[in-house]
Amino acid sequence: MTQKFISIEGIAKRFPAAGGGTTTVFEDLWLAMERGTFTCVIGHSGCGKTTVLNVLAGLDTPSDGTVIVDNQAIEGPSLDRAVIFQSHALLPWRTVLGNVAFAVSSKWRRWSRLEVEEHARRFIALVGLAGAEHKRPAELSGGMKQRVGIARALSIEPKILLMDEPFSALDALTRGTLQDEVRRICRETGQTVVMITHDVDEAIYLADRIVLMTNGPQAVLAEIVENPLPAHRKRHDVHKHPLYYAVRNHVVDFLVSRSRSFGDADKAALDRRRPPVVRPGAPEPVMLGDAHLVPPRSDIARPPVSQAG
Amino acid sequence: MTRSLPFRAAVVSLALLAAFLLAWHLATRGGGPTAAMDPEYAKLMGATATQGKSAMPGPLDVAATVWGHLKDPFYDRGTNDKGLGIQLGWSIARVAAGYLLAVLVAIPIGVLIGMSPLMSRALDPFVQVLKPISPLAWMPLALYTIKDSGLSAVFVIFICSLWPMLANTAFGIASVRREWINVARTLEVGTLRRIFTVLLPAAAPTILTGMRISIGIAWLVIVAAEMLVGGTGIGYFVWNEWNNLSITNVITAILVIGVVGMVLDQLLARLTRAVTFPE
Repeated sequence: MTQKFISIEGIAKRFPAAGGGTTTVFEDLWLAMERGTFTCVIGHSGCGKTTVLNVLAGLDTPSDGTVIVDNQAIEGPSLDRAVIFQSHALLPWRTVLGNVAFAVSSKWRRWSRLEVEEHARRFIALVGLAGAEHKRPAELSGGMKQRVGIARALSIEPKILLMDEPFSALDALTRGTLQDEVRRICRETGQTVVMITHDVDEAIYLADRIVLMTNGPQAVLAEIVENPLPAHRKRHDVHKHPLYYAVRNHVVDFLVSRSRSFGDADKAALDRRRPPVVRPGAPEPVMLGDAHLVPPRSDIARPPVSQAG
Repeated sequence: MTRSLPFRAAVVSLALLAAFLLAWHLATRGGGPTAAMDPEYAKLMGATATQGKSAMPGPLDVAATVWGHLKDPFYDRGTNDKGLGIQLGWSIARVAAGYLLAVLVAIPIGVLIGMSPLMSRALDPFVQVLKPISPLAWMPLALYTIKDSGLSAVFVIFICSLWPMLANTAFGIASVRREWINVARTLEVGTLRRIFTVLLPAAAPTILTGMRISIGIAWLVIVAAEMLVGGTGIGYFVWNEWNNLSITNVITAILVIGVVGMVLDQLLARLTRAVTFPE
């Protein structure tokens, strides 16, 4: 097997069930990610996607299997892997600067206070919060709090950025702006990102690859969707791309029906070490009389639901 | 026009105080001279019998005594005649010593119990047995072991302040939000730094609430402890004045104990507010 930057190797999570026996959330899960890629894991609640992220973060230990990052097995949390929490998890008794500086001084323990603050201010400015350094989290809006969470995670210059539904608690407008910011920052810095989400549009806009998980318990990684959209996509025209609805329909289809109907036979047929990689494409171009290519009509391909999950 | 709520509350408070003082004054006014009495016998009986004066001092008597003490709080005319300020000073010093000692012991042990489920279970039976013991029950043992009455009182204050602080620290630390601990874990923050930068600030409001309960209990217990050990302190003062049958001094001491207790409580309340963070 080729060496990958992140390699999840056969991890499982089981816990004792209420009436004796064990419940298996997922098992024998394999996934590899390359440096500089943005991966979204998508699935319904209870499929164990947050557990996968916590295992990557080192906050949770798998019942089986290991995770290798940069040729080293994960043993607990590390400053190489920064986490952006769903609930932002800011320390409410510290200011914005204090929260970011806490992370910076944890990474560079010998730095002087001045160096720490200067570094922290740079990342606060990066997420557009310059001027709010001395505010406390209680004085900030939900979006601003999550910006601080992002600044804190980025400030330690991690090898991997892990995000657990970072925007799900935000309103749609704020969510959109923050997605833009995260995308811009990750592209500029070549950050390797793993993000958990249940928002299909978010996954399509941000990810290079979308990992689909079936419903738990005994969830499996059913397939990996290669995002066919160009890397330099823009929010305002991403939905006009000829392949946009092909991806979207594929993922929504999976969440609406296939995640549930993925049966034992399908699981048996699945090569868990090498899950199928799918690259949704346009329907075959149609040759018309005057021989020019007609892109697929996006109006008929419009999906039945706007958002699944 | 209606005034603000605090203003109206103050008016009602003052009215209640005035009514109480008036009732007190009327009840202890005395009934005038009684029937003729053998002069020798009257001398023995004192003003209570001869002029119908109440045995209970009135508010004006108490006010005069309070004023006398306030004018000269720090005189020292021998063992049994010291100013109220000196007596209070002794009591506050004993409470401070026992209380600070308790802080130094309760908070580290509370942090340990709060962080370690093992230690929490292991120490639980001891805490459960020791907590309900009346602090004064320790007094003979303390006197026998320490062989110093003043230090024994400090020990009794220590033991009674310990439990609320210990319980609240352990509870506060154990219920620090998982996500804050996870932040520290992902930042590879060491145990000691985690205690000082995450656990203690997060648990501070709960810990300070325990400290506030403790200072209240300590101030309750010091009076009883000093009645037992004697020598100095406001508790000894109360008992001494009871032996002198000086009810005005006893009432004065009761007032002063109340005021000092309130000041200590407000001090801790202010500290609690200072460490409380909005979420």
